[in-house]
Amino acid sequence: MSSDHSTNMPFDLKSHSDKIKLVLVGNPNVGKSVFFNALTGIYVDVSNFPGTTVDISHGIYNEYIVFDTPGVYGVSSFNDEERVARDVILSGDIILNVVDAVHMERDLFLTQQLIDMGKKVIVALNMMDDVKRNGLKIDIEKLSEMLGVPIIPTVAVHKIGLDEVKNKINTACTGNPISGIREKLKEVMPLVSNPSEALLVLEEDENIIARNNIQKDYNLREKIYHQRRERVNEIVDKVVTQTSQGASFKTRLSQMMLKPLTGIPILIFTLFIMYEFLGVFIAQTVVGFTEEIIMGTYYNNFIVSIFEPLLKGHNFLEKFLIGEFGILTMVPIYILGLLLPLVIGFYFLLSILEDSGYLPRIATLVDKSLTKLGLNGRAIIPIILGFGCVTMATITTRLLGSKRERFIATMLLGLAIPCSAQLGVIVGMTSSIGISYFLVYVLTIVLVFIITGTILNKILPGESTDLLIDIPPLRIPRIKNILSKTYTKTIMFLKEASPLFVIGAVLITFMEHFNILVGIQNIIAPLTEGFLQLPKEVATAFIMGIIRRDFGAAGLFSLAEQGLLNDAQILVSLVVITLFVPCIAAILVIFKERDWKESALIWFGSIFISFLVGGILSFILI
Amino acid sequence: MCLSNARPGQFIEIISIPDPDVKAQAIRFGIYEGAKVKCSEVINSGPVILQNRMQEIAVGHNLAKKIKIKLVS
Ligand SMILES: Nc1nc2c(ncn2[C@@H]2O[C@H](COP(=O)(O)OP(=O)(O)OP(=O)(O)O)[C@@H](O)[C@H]2O)c(=O)[nH]1
Ligand SMILES: [Mg+2]
Repeated sequence: MSSDHSTNMPFDLKSHSDKIKLVLVGNPNVGKSVFFNALTGIYVDVSNFPGTTVDISHGIYNEYIVFDTPGVYGVSSFNDEERVARDVILSGDIILNVVDAVHMERDLFLTQQLIDMGKKVIVALNMMDDVKRNGLKIDIEKLSEMLGVPIIPTVAVHKIGLDEVKNKINTACTGNPISGIREKLKEVMPLVSNPSEALLVLEEDENIIARNNIQKDYNLREKIYHQRRERVNEIVDKVVTQTSQGASFKTRLSQMMLKPLTGIPILIFTLFIMYEFLGVFIAQTVVGFTEEIIMGTYYNNFIVSIFEPLLKGHNFLEKFLIGEFGILTMVPIYILGLLLPLVIGFYFLLSILEDSGYLPRIATLVDKSLTKLGLNGRAIIPIILGFGCVTMATITTRLLGSKRERFIATMLLGLAIPCSAQLGVIVGMTSSIGISYFLVYVLTIVLVFIITGTILNKILPGESTDLLIDIPPLRIPRIKNILSKTYTKTIMFLKEASPLFVIGAVLITFMEHFNILVGIQNIIAPLTEGFLQLPKEVATAFIMGIIRRDFGAAGLFSLAEQGLLNDAQILVSLVVITLFVPCIAAILVIFKERDWKESALIWFGSIFISFLVGGILSFILI
Repeated sequence: MCLSNARPGQFIEIISIPDPDVKAQAIRFGIYEGAKVKCSEVINSGPVILQNRMQEIAVGHNLAKKIKIKLVS
């Protein structure tokens, strides 16, 4: 990613040049996106883990153009998010700084920095409900006086204080900077375009220094940061009082989640519940109803009975529309009957996990293991999101600290993490072949994951970064947010999957009609029949898998339904399709996020590893 | 001693943090040379969890080995 975002903003700002730029700024996970929703009416992701927002969204509110930024702990350039946020902040006219009232000693560091930059700031002191719950008391007037900017207490999720924030945006003002900073800024001002940049130059921000061609080293970062830290501590000491010890159950649960002795059983139990819900209830009971009865029988008979008479004599067209891979038969049956319930179920669970604040605790718990793969605990977030959609997860690898970590995580995501739709099909199929095969499947994938990570960690140059994260409080997920998140993700899935499924269906029918499919099946028969010991028809599923992995998994599903695969063959084909290439959407994102050499390596590497592992398994089992 | 040797429940003072970038990031969480915090949990050869009022921070093992601390009572 380039470091200069002012020139390639992903949207057209010129058409809104008359608007005042209002930028939402705050630490990760403080409720910025809730404010953004409230102001603009646009839903963007809201989760209880740092780093939910990685792209800048923007919307219109009255005379303002509002920007949602990724959460940052300070204005600087330690990672891509910070660089992106920094440039939006620099271009902003008014900063709406959202502060988590429970974590002021952390959040006010950013607030003070914004004030030191000379920005017009208004503070929304959010999470006031948690303040009460934790037995804290905050002197808001005193806080406002010390910072020198308006402070409005809010509970964003309950819409408390939002109107007041809206009404008072125009009262935002420049506050009280730390002492002595104004004088220092004067020295740099002639070299840059505004006081905000001047401050960043003093704080040794390499991008801003390079942009303004500044030769002199000021080396003041440590000194300024220290002074700011002391000022913030002083403010917090003066305005916050602990009146009673708050919620002890959450504290105890939080501790239990972190201690391996209790944390690992809790993690296993959570995964077990997820499996029961997704793998047993949704994948079997619900899908059995939606796929076989509603879509597979009623819908299929209905659509065929309408179109068959109309298409008499148009053999080719009939195949396209209502044939084995028909646009009106296979596509809706797969998408609506098979994948949709799984995707909804998965995102429902994932949203609960995200909102509870459990994910950062899992990150801490698994940090030790992930460091052996050249990652740190933070990487568990893209990995878990990868089970939802590898495409989106690849984007969140940005939150990892170094280039090598991002490559390792992207490779592992593309290779060994099945996405929700695919996972659902796989779980459904493995449940029919018995628990021991399921365990072999899981073990194989986990082994591939570990071996690949370990090897990459050995051969890639450089060093990975260490874990340094803050752990948000546990929260009871809000049902409304869970539902809206599940809804938006599901719509996104339908939008992304449907066109590709249609294209895939047309392609496969075309190849089938002109006997290309059989041709390919025969050409790669040595691989499928010989090496993998599978019927040559699975080649069709693999071709489908290049388009989307869940499409490929669905193809296997129907082969298994037709009784073409025995248990061991189901296992081998599932392993291959799981490890197979990332879907087209994911590979496009990978190409965008990584350079083409790395992307090509990931693509071909996945194919190679998938067949190799499949071959080894089939050699042992079949 | 270094942070990785801290035990749960101990109150500690940070003496030194090596890398300037890590230093700059840690100071925002309230972890800086001279800060007094509580060690709330340690995962065996894994992260150390520090608590500073309501704020909890997880510090990876390798980093914890590089941070010098002393106990305070
Ligand atoms: N109790 C309580 N929870 C809140 C409040 N405002 C937001 N939340 C919750 O805080 C979490 C974070 O909200 P987001 O809007 O995703 O935060 P964000 O600042 O956009 O986070 P990032 O995009 O990750 O930087 C969610 O679980 C919200 O439901 C509040 O006033 N009280
Ligand atoms: Mg957000």
